[in-house]
Order: sequence, then structure tokens, then C-alpha cells
Amino acid sequence: MIKKEMIAMLLAGGQGSRLGVLTSKVAKPAVSFGGKYRIIDFPLSNCINSGVDTVGVLTQYQPLRLNTHIGIGIPWDLDRNIGGVTVLPPYEKSANSEWYTGTANAIYQNLDYMDSFNPEYILILSGDHIYKMDYEVMLDFHKEKGAEVTIAVMPVPMEEAKRFGIMITDDSRKITDFEEKPANPRSNLASMGIYIFNWKTLKEALLANAEQPGLDFGKHIIPYCHGKGDPLYAFEFNGYWKDVGTLNSYWEANMELIDIVPEFNLYEEYWKIYTRSEILPPQYFADNTVVERSIIGEGTDVYGKVYNSVIGCGVTIGKDTIIRDSIIMNNTVIGDGCEVYKAIIAENVELGNYVKLGFGEEVPNETDPHIYSNGIVTVGEKSVIPEGITVGKNSCIFGVTSKEDYPDNYLASGKTLIKAGDE
Amino acid sequence: MRAIGIVLAGGNSYRMKELSQKRAVCAMPIAGSYRSIDFALSNMSNSHIQKVAVFTQYNARSLNEHLSSSKWWDFGRKQGGLYVFTPAVTAEGSFWYRGTADAIAQNLSFLKSSHEPYVVIASGDCVYKMDYNKVLEYHIAKKADITVVCKDIAAGEDVERFGILKMNEESRIEEFEEKPIVAKSNTISCGIYVVRRRQLIEMIEKCAEEDRYDFVKDILIRYKNMKRIYGYKIQDYWRNIATVEDYFSTNMDFLKAETRDYFFKQYPDIYSKVDDLPPAKYNVGARIKNSLISSGCIVNGAVEDSVIFKKTYIGNNCYIKNSIILNDVYIGDNTHIENCIVESRGTIRANSYYAGTDGIKVVIERSDRYVI
Repeated sequence: MIKKEMIAMLLAGGQGSRLGVLTSKVAKPAVSFGGKYRIIDFPLSNCINSGVDTVGVLTQYQPLRLNTHIGIGIPWDLDRNIGGVTVLPPYEKSANSEWYTGTANAIYQNLDYMDSFNPEYILILSGDHIYKMDYEVMLDFHKEKGAEVTIAVMPVPMEEAKRFGIMITDDSRKITDFEEKPANPRSNLASMGIYIFNWKTLKEALLANAEQPGLDFGKHIIPYCHGKGDPLYAFEFNGYWKDVGTLNSYWEANMELIDIVPEFNLYEEYWKIYTRSEILPPQYFADNTVVERSIIGEGTDVYGKVYNSVIGCGVTIGKDTIIRDSIIMNNTVIGDGCEVYKAIIAENVELGNYVKLGFGEEVPNETDPHIYSNGIVTVGEKSVIPEGITVGKNSCIFGVTSKEDYPDNYLASGKTLIKAGDE
Repeated sequence: MRAIGIVLAGGNSYRMKELSQKRAVCAMPIAGSYRSIDFALSNMSNSHIQKVAVFTQYNARSLNEHLSSSKWWDFGRKQGGLYVFTPAVTAEGSFWYRGTADAIAQNLSFLKSSHEPYVVIASGDCVYKMDYNKVLEYHIAKKADITVVCKDIAAGEDVERFGILKMNEESRIEEFEEKPIVAKSNTISCGIYVVRRRQLIEMIEKCAEEDRYDFVKDILIRYKNMKRIYGYKIQDYWRNIATVEDYFSTNMDFLKAETRDYFFKQYPDIYSKVDDLPPAKYNVGARIKNSLISSGCIVNGAVEDSVIFKKTYIGNNCYIKNSIILNDVYIGDNTHIENCIVESRGTIRANSYYAGTDGIKVVIERSDRYVI
């Protein structure tokens, strides 16, 4: 009989709407990160590096890119005879067919999948954080404490604590209470959204709460287990962990990779991060190029100047172009004589010659000021910006645009230009 | 598919000098992220050949490591796939491969148990892109017994290490000389052959009976008047890398836009084993001109007209000019390297100076390296 000690369930169905146009066509876990990776590579690599070889990936929102990226799991050595990676979309049932309505509801709908591996423990992960973590250490802690549920927590500055779910523990790390986004936090231990459950406990909790609309771990399952008197423990994690849920935190996390010795170091031999590499050739630098404080992916051709930037694979950067403080994702083509300042440019974008991004005064965005902020210019995937256009700060462009969309060849700061419809 | 493939990858070459101490020629790294054999294997895969045998013999550790999984070239098949044949002690004998024909003879069961009517034989030490189906169609149209892919090379180029052939108007090969001192033509054999499987089995068995071991000498040259042997001339890029000079200039060819475009941008692609390396990183002080840099590199110094392979560290204030740095080399600060090939996994101390004055210098430097 098949027996796996611990299997992982990776929640990857969310849209991540605070990433604006970056997630209008792909789920957040499939968004590029750090030149050649995608966000989901981090939890998947953590799984295999921790010896967890059975991972169910729950998808719902825009799953195509995610599905092709995961495939049968070859890059992570998750192509296994027994276990390996399985993509789990919502499916039709004879009664009660529904979408995944909440994090725990998604897990509830896949009870059969988990049952088939006869596990002792279930590891619940989310696909939108950047970190390296050994789940085996967490499991050891879980066993040692005799916990029913262990929640990974991380100390955050007290003033930031009100943005997180906060755990209050006693000296033995047993959770005594918790509060969701409290105004006056009593502790600074923030939940990282990583849980280990005893399988029997989880199954019982999911079945007992099956009727709850929008069944959620933080809101329903954890309070249910706590109310029942199950021992809940907090596992403290002190490494690098970054939620890249907003455009600003996404930009910052990328920029942290270009420090001389970054806190989050991709160059360590130990604990490698794996990803699907589609492009193999080396990168080419022509004459008269400058590159400083940047990381650049495979197959990229640089003819211009790159400073403080994270450049993906298969990108072309034209002659006399200047890229500064920007993120450029795979297969984007930047024309000649462009100037790009503090921009996030998604995959397969085309910038004509002499396009200028990030010029002018900083003005709050007219449509989504909480999304497009900090002066960042965001360009969605497969967008086209024609020759000679100047774009202001806090702006957003998505879709195939033409000269007519830019009066006086200019898009002012704080404007959103979205050409809707499929191409 | 109508053909199976054989890649001859057992060879060594004294012309590779120190570079061959470490590995077979076919495992030589090419163009930053590939190895020589990737080109033949990718061509096989892109020509929809599903069953390929690789014959290895000389110093195959590095090559076997590269071939440890067949999935990179899409050969992870249930039907067919990738076969690696090394010499083995059998009931029939315990010989090394005494030649190319002997290598095939010792693995004749591979040919006999296949059902595809044709065999494509290619050598693993050449850099090129080719649809073998085109050669096969030509082979069938000409009703040839063996078709040899060949190429004209510029007059004055050194031809003495190739097979030289002369064809008549019909493209039938009339003369074939292996490595002549004075060449009678400037058409060289590219080491790529198409032959009918049964025909090959017959000729190889005959050879083995007569204790003859070389495919070129004992089959092509010996049978050239008896069998219909045709030449298929190509115009496209094709380079053999089996000398230090050719290896160097083939890599340098990839600094040209048209070569990169031909191999990397035009369909179909060349495949290789994927290493899980992070993107290349450039710190303050990096100055790069007309160079290829591979993934996993960290660059702090100046690089000009060079090809830098994977996972190389280049220290502060270094100057690398017109050189090839193979995989996983550590170059300490203030080092000057010019006209060199630096062997892989080398560690070069700070403040070193290496320059090839007449020709290319091969640098093998094994200083201690301390890794955290």
C-alpha cells in the first residue's frame, strides 16, 4: 500500500490582483521573478529540497502558464512513479460542483487525492512567497511538540504586525491566541501561511466545516482546531521571506537580488532553486555596452546600457538604450535609444525605438492608486508601445497600443491605458 | 521514422593537446552552454530519429555525465531512445573499439534488432545544424549505397586532417583519400553518412571477418568502385572542433550575430542538459564588450571578445581579452588573461598574468580554492 509520510498541497489558484496587469493573464504563482524564475519555483524547490516528493498544486485562476510551467515536474525532479507533482483544478461532480471558494475549500475538494497517499502529515503551502525553507525541520518540530497543527511564523517589526495574521504563544511556542490584522498587536509573530496538519485532524476539520461558505484556513479551520482544544504550535522561521503581493514589494524583492551579497542568495550551492529553462544560449554583449549591478538571464542580447536591473531570458536591449532600476521579463524586445526608469515590463512586450518610460512628476494613479504607486511604470504582457512615446510615473499600459492612443506622443503620470479585448 | 542514428563519440585527438586530458572531444563545451555532442544529438532529435546509439570509449566520464539523462534531447522514449555503448567484455572477446567499424561490429545486435530501413551515422565532434531527412531523400533518389555529406572549404585551409573526396558530375564519389599530405581537391567529408541498414550490417560483418576496423579506410575507400557512394554537398555552417585552433575559432564564431542567429534564433533549436544555475550577475566594475556570458557567472571585471562558460567568477579589476574561459573557473582579482583557453574548474590566483603570444595558450591552473 502506498504510504507517504508527508505530502504538500500548494495553493496556486489566486489571482493576486494587487499585482495589477502583471496578473491579468497569468496566476500570481506563474509571474516571473529574479530574471529566470517564476514565483512558484520557490515553494516547489523547497519541497524537493526538503524531501517532500508528492505535491498537489491547486490551480484555478488563469492556469495555462502555470500548467505548462509545471508540466510533469521534470525541472524539480518531481516526475515520480509514485507521487510527484499533480495539478489539481476544480472539477465537476455529480452534485455540488463548485469553484474553489476558499483556501480550505480547495483542499476539502481534494480529499480523495490526499487519501490516496495514505499520509501522516499534510503540508499546506501558498504559491506566492519568496523564501528558502526546510520543511523537514518544521516537521521535526511538529513531531517533537506533539502538535496537531503547526503554523510557521516569522517575527516582523511591531509597527508592521497589523498587516498580518498574528499568533500569540506561550514560552513553549504553544499558540494561546491569534488575531487577524489587529489594530493593536499583542505579538509580532506573523503567520507565513505555511501549515503542517496531522492528516486525521485536517480531514476531520474539513468535513466538519464543509458547509461553511468560502472555507478558509485562517478564518475557519485554525479557529475550529483551536476551539476544539487541539495543541497548535508556532514554528519560528528567521530566514529571508518575502511576500511579493504588491507591485512595490515585488519590485523591492527583485532589486534585493542585485546586492553584492544579497540576503537571499541564489548563488549558493546548497538549496538550489530549480526552474524550467526554455532558453539555453549564453547572453551576448555588443561593443559600447554598460552593465552594472544587474542580473541577466540566458539568451539575452544587450546592445545598450543596463544599471541596477533584473533582466529575464531572451530579452533584447537595443543600441543606446538605457535601462535603470527596472525589471524586464522574458522575451521582451526594447528598441534603440529608449530610456527606461523604474519600470516593470512583463513578458513578450515590444517597445519601439526612442520610447521613454518613467518621466515627469509623480502623480497618484487615476484608477488604482493603491496598486500603481511608488513611481513604478507597469507594462503588461504582450503589450506594444510604438516609437517615440514618453510615459509618466505611476502609470500602467496593457495591450497593443498605437500612436493614436498617445496625444502628443505622451502618456501623463498616473494614467492607465488598457486596450481591452483579445488580440 | 525511416532511420536510426549512430553518433561516434569515442575519439581522442592529440591535436586537442591538454584539453583532451580531461574529456573526449565530443564532450568539449561549445558556445557557452552546450557540448559538442549536443549538435549531433539535437539534429537527430529534430530529424525525428527516435533511436540513437552513442559509441563512447576515450575518457568518457564527462560525456557519460552529460548523457546521464536522455530527456534533454527528447530521447526519453519507450520506443527507441538513447543508447550509450561502451566497449565491454563479452563471450566473443574483450577488445577496445579498434576503429569506427569495429565499434559498430561489436554492437551489431543494435542494428540487427532494429526495423528501420536506414542508418544515419554522425560524428559527435562537429558543430552544425542539419535535417538528416534531406540527406536521406537524396540518398534514396540517387539509389546510393552510401551517401557521404561533404563540404567545400576555402583553398589554402588546412585539409590534412580530413577525408578528401572528388565527385563526378553525377555526384558519385570517384576518389576518396583519408588525411592526405597533398590534397587533390578541396571537398572534405563531414563525417556524416547515410546507409541502408542491411547494407551496413553486411559490410560490417565482412570487415569483421577480415579483421578490418575502420569505417572510412575499410569501407568507404575500399568499396568506392564497387558500391554506389555519393556525395551530398552542404553550404551551411559546419565546423569540426578537433584541434585547439579550430575549437577556439568555432567558439569565437558565436560572437558573430549571424552564427548566433542561425543556431539560437532559427528553428529548430539545439538542446543541451539543463543546469540549474542562477542568472549571470554583474557587479560594479563589470565592463563587457562583444562577449558571450553564460548563466551562473559573477562578473566584477572587464571582458572583451571572449566566450565565458557557465559558473565562472571574474574578480575585480580583471581583464579578459580574446579568450575562452570554460565552466566553473575562479579568476582572482587583478588578473590579465589574453589569447587563452582556461580549462574548466580551474582556480586562478589574484594578480596572475597569462597571455598566448604565438597562438592560443591552454591554461590549466589548479590552485587551491576555498568555498564556503
